[in-house]
Amino acid sequence: MINIVFWFFVAMTVVSAFSVVLSKNLVYAAISLLVTFLGVASMYVFLWADFMAGTQVMIYIGGILILILFGIMLTHKITSVRISHTNVQRGVGAIVVLALFTGLVWMINISPWINEPSVEPIQTVETIGTLLMTDYLLPFEVASVLLLGALIGAAVLARKDD
Amino acid sequence: MNIFLQYTLLIYFLPLIAFGIQIFIGKRLPRQGDWLSIGAVLATLVLSIALFAGMLLDYNPDFKQNFSFTWLETTNFKISMGFLVDNITIIMLLVVAIISSASHIYSLKYMEGDPRYSRFYAYLSLFTFSMNGIVLANSFMLLYMSWELVGLSSYLLIGFWFEKDSAANAGKKAFLTNRVGDIGFFIGIMLLFTAIGSFSYSEVFAGVAAGKISGTLLTLAGIGLFMGAVGKSAQFPLHIWLPDAMEGPTPVSALIHAATMVAAGVFMMVRVFPILTPDALILIAYIGGFTAFFAATIAITRTDIKQVLAYSTLSQLGYMIMSVGTGAYIAAFFHLAIHAIFKANLFYGAGSVIHGMHHSLDELDDHETDAQDMRNMGGLRVKMPITYLAMVISSLAISGVPLFSGFLSKDAILAGTLALVERTHSHQLLLFFGFGAALITAFYMFRMIFLTFHNKPNKPKIFKHIKESPTAMLIPLVVLSLLSIFIFYTLPNANPLSDQGWFTHLVEPQESLVPGHINPSVHEIEESIHHSHNPAMITSLIVAGLGLLLAWLMYFKKVISAEVWARRLRPLYNLSLNKYYIDELYDKILYQPFLKIADWVAYLDWDVYDKYFINGFGRATEWFAKIVGIADYDGLDQGIVDSFGRNTNRLGVALKKLQTGKIQNYVLYAALAVVILLIIQML
Amino acid sequence: MDSLQIYLILAAILFSLGMFAVITRRNAIAVLMGIELILNAANLNFIAFARFGGMNITGHIFALFVIVLAAAEVAVALAIIINIYQNFNSINVDEAQQLKQ
Repeated sequence: MINIVFWFFVAMTVVSAFSVVLSKNLVYAAISLLVTFLGVASMYVFLWADFMAGTQVMIYIGGILILILFGIMLTHKITSVRISHTNVQRGVGAIVVLALFTGLVWMINISPWINEPSVEPIQTVETIGTLLMTDYLLPFEVASVLLLGALIGAAVLARKDD
Repeated sequence: MNIFLQYTLLIYFLPLIAFGIQIFIGKRLPRQGDWLSIGAVLATLVLSIALFAGMLLDYNPDFKQNFSFTWLETTNFKISMGFLVDNITIIMLLVVAIISSASHIYSLKYMEGDPRYSRFYAYLSLFTFSMNGIVLANSFMLLYMSWELVGLSSYLLIGFWFEKDSAANAGKKAFLTNRVGDIGFFIGIMLLFTAIGSFSYSEVFAGVAAGKISGTLLTLAGIGLFMGAVGKSAQFPLHIWLPDAMEGPTPVSALIHAATMVAAGVFMMVRVFPILTPDALILIAYIGGFTAFFAATIAITRTDIKQVLAYSTLSQLGYMIMSVGTGAYIAAFFHLAIHAIFKANLFYGAGSVIHGMHHSLDELDDHETDAQDMRNMGGLRVKMPITYLAMVISSLAISGVPLFSGFLSKDAILAGTLALVERTHSHQLLLFFGFGAALITAFYMFRMIFLTFHNKPNKPKIFKHIKESPTAMLIPLVVLSLLSIFIFYTLPNANPLSDQGWFTHLVEPQESLVPGHINPSVHEIEESIHHSHNPAMITSLIVAGLGLLLAWLMYFKKVISAEVWARRLRPLYNLSLNKYYIDELYDKILYQPFLKIADWVAYLDWDVYDKYFINGFGRATEWFAKIVGIADYDGLDQGIVDSFGRNTNRLGVALKKLQTGKIQNYVLYAALAVVILLIIQML
Repeated sequence: MDSLQIYLILAAILFSLGMFAVITRRNAIAVLMGIELILNAANLNFIAFARFGGMNITGHIFALFVIVLAAAEVAVALAIIINIYQNFNSINVDEAQQLKQ
């Protein structure tokens, strides 16, 4: 039973990812991206990363995707459908990417992964929170500064010149 | 140091020092330095007189001093040089000193005003030095060196007025003809050296006596040495230079071409007489005799006063050489000394006449008339009495008239010739040459006297301005005329017809050193000469008288017409007038072919070798350089060196296309790189 | 479901697709979407390793930070894109080639 659901979510993710990449309409691509994010979140659930799943949905879908949509809207030109949405590198790119994928798959298959059966944690939130304040305090602070910088930068950049 | 060595060193080197100073700074000395040369030669004269006095006082015929030093020494041989002082040397030194001093003093007036006055005296000193070298030498090496130097001095002095083409050519002719003779001379010397291993006289004589060289080789050596005399003393066939040498100034003619240099050949013959074989001697006698006769026949048609004297010199030299050949070589030396005196005197007299003629022509502003042509003279006796007297005395001497010096020596020579004929009962041709030449000599000498000094002047205008020459020119004439009197040579005898005197006592003939007794001994020669002395004397007196008479009749009394006889003997006359066409003959068979060969060789060298071979190198190198240039420039430079740049450029241009400016391309490249790394990793 | 590889392969797929989008798409925002896909693939890897590979909770931390960074990056990227759009009136990536040689 779980397998079917699992495979369903996998399929959903993959298909929507394809759609993101291949879709001609940008809005369709954005919506497909949403579905992909949801799929990934579901994967997180299957991987017992409950907090991450939530965070994924909240930030990615709730924040980033909205921003992207904003971006689409702000930069949308009414263009004809007949104009190609992909550039000249299609062929070579496809081959390279395919090669890359093949390489990755081959690497995944032959690597001797450590297979430790891990215990399902009770709560990840608390652990993550604790760790953020103790072991990973520095990255936390740095990330804060980074966000600040990004905030200011974006604000400056997006300003109209007057 | 030995007194003789002292004196001879001074005699030898003083003129050389004078030459050295004169040639470099002579022009800046007061009076152009003539006093320097004259001083040197007078010192030589004083020293020679001292030596001569010493010799007379000693009266020793065996006097001999030999001084040598080693010039060059190697492991194989040693060459030494030095002075040989014996009676012959002393007499010859005196002769050279007297005539050289006379020429120096004579030139004070004769060469006055010449632009190269100091150089003339320098050359005279050089000549004196060289001539003394020949006289004093005790080795063939020094002899040869001085021989060449004398030839050089002669060349310089003959061509002294080198602005005149004829003078320059005469100088060249003299030197080159001399050179031809010197080749033979050198071969002769080297034959002796190769066989005996030394150059010095004493060792050579010893070597010949020991038989180190004999037979044909010795004859050849003798003939070789004789060739030197043929060249230097102008015997036939190398006589051609002496008449032309009259282009030089008269003092030069007197000194060199009458008295001393041309006598050097005879002197050398006298020195080497002991090693001459009979075959060589007979050849020498014939050449000498022929020259004597041949030259005399040419002299009778000469119109230039100096040319008469030139041919006369040739003839007398022939006499001396012939005398050497007949074995009476002491007579040859005797005649050498005496001839020097009166021949120099004759030249000085001729010079005086020419000087007077020049002076007169200058006053008339006439630059066309030949001052030396006897046909422009005549009757000068009244205007130039002292010159006339000197010339007459000397002509009497040369003709062999008794009471004069020439008679004694000529008599001795003819006696020697007659003696040879009597000894060998052949060679009568020599008699014809000898006495015939004596007759003709008397004839042409007095022809000259009568044409120049007697009868009416041929050109009265010129005659008017003629004056006697200045004192400086007359002094030598007087002195030498005095010395042409017999008495000085017969002492202690007073008999003018005698053949004995201090000379014959002091200078004794040496035994021939040719091994095998093929030469007559001194005793034999002297015996035969004694026998033939009286017949020879009588014959020579008759012959001289005949000649004089003929001249008197033809030119003084004008009883016999010269023109008529010239017409009657036209072929002979023409031969004589044109000097037997010898010069033309030499030109045709020697000079022209040689010049042609020279032209042909020049063509080979210039147009063939130079153009094709040498230039070929040049062209080949050029072609090669061009190829290398192409290889270097187009191949190496453009092809390899430049290609680096060009290919890098092309690579750059090609790689430039990678930079599209599109980010996505770059990302693709990155992905591509990862893939490639993966593949490498896989493999 | 219980193997590491499946999640890794899924992540590989997402990564490749994201790569393809970055390389190939003309629109700048589409490229941005591709980048998001790549980041998500990385995150998935982290979480998968957190469960299976022995990383435990560290993986989650990583993934958290990645998300933070992704957000910041999108913000800035969009600001830039809007700027470019305002200057050149187009966000066709092909046309941004002023550094071309």
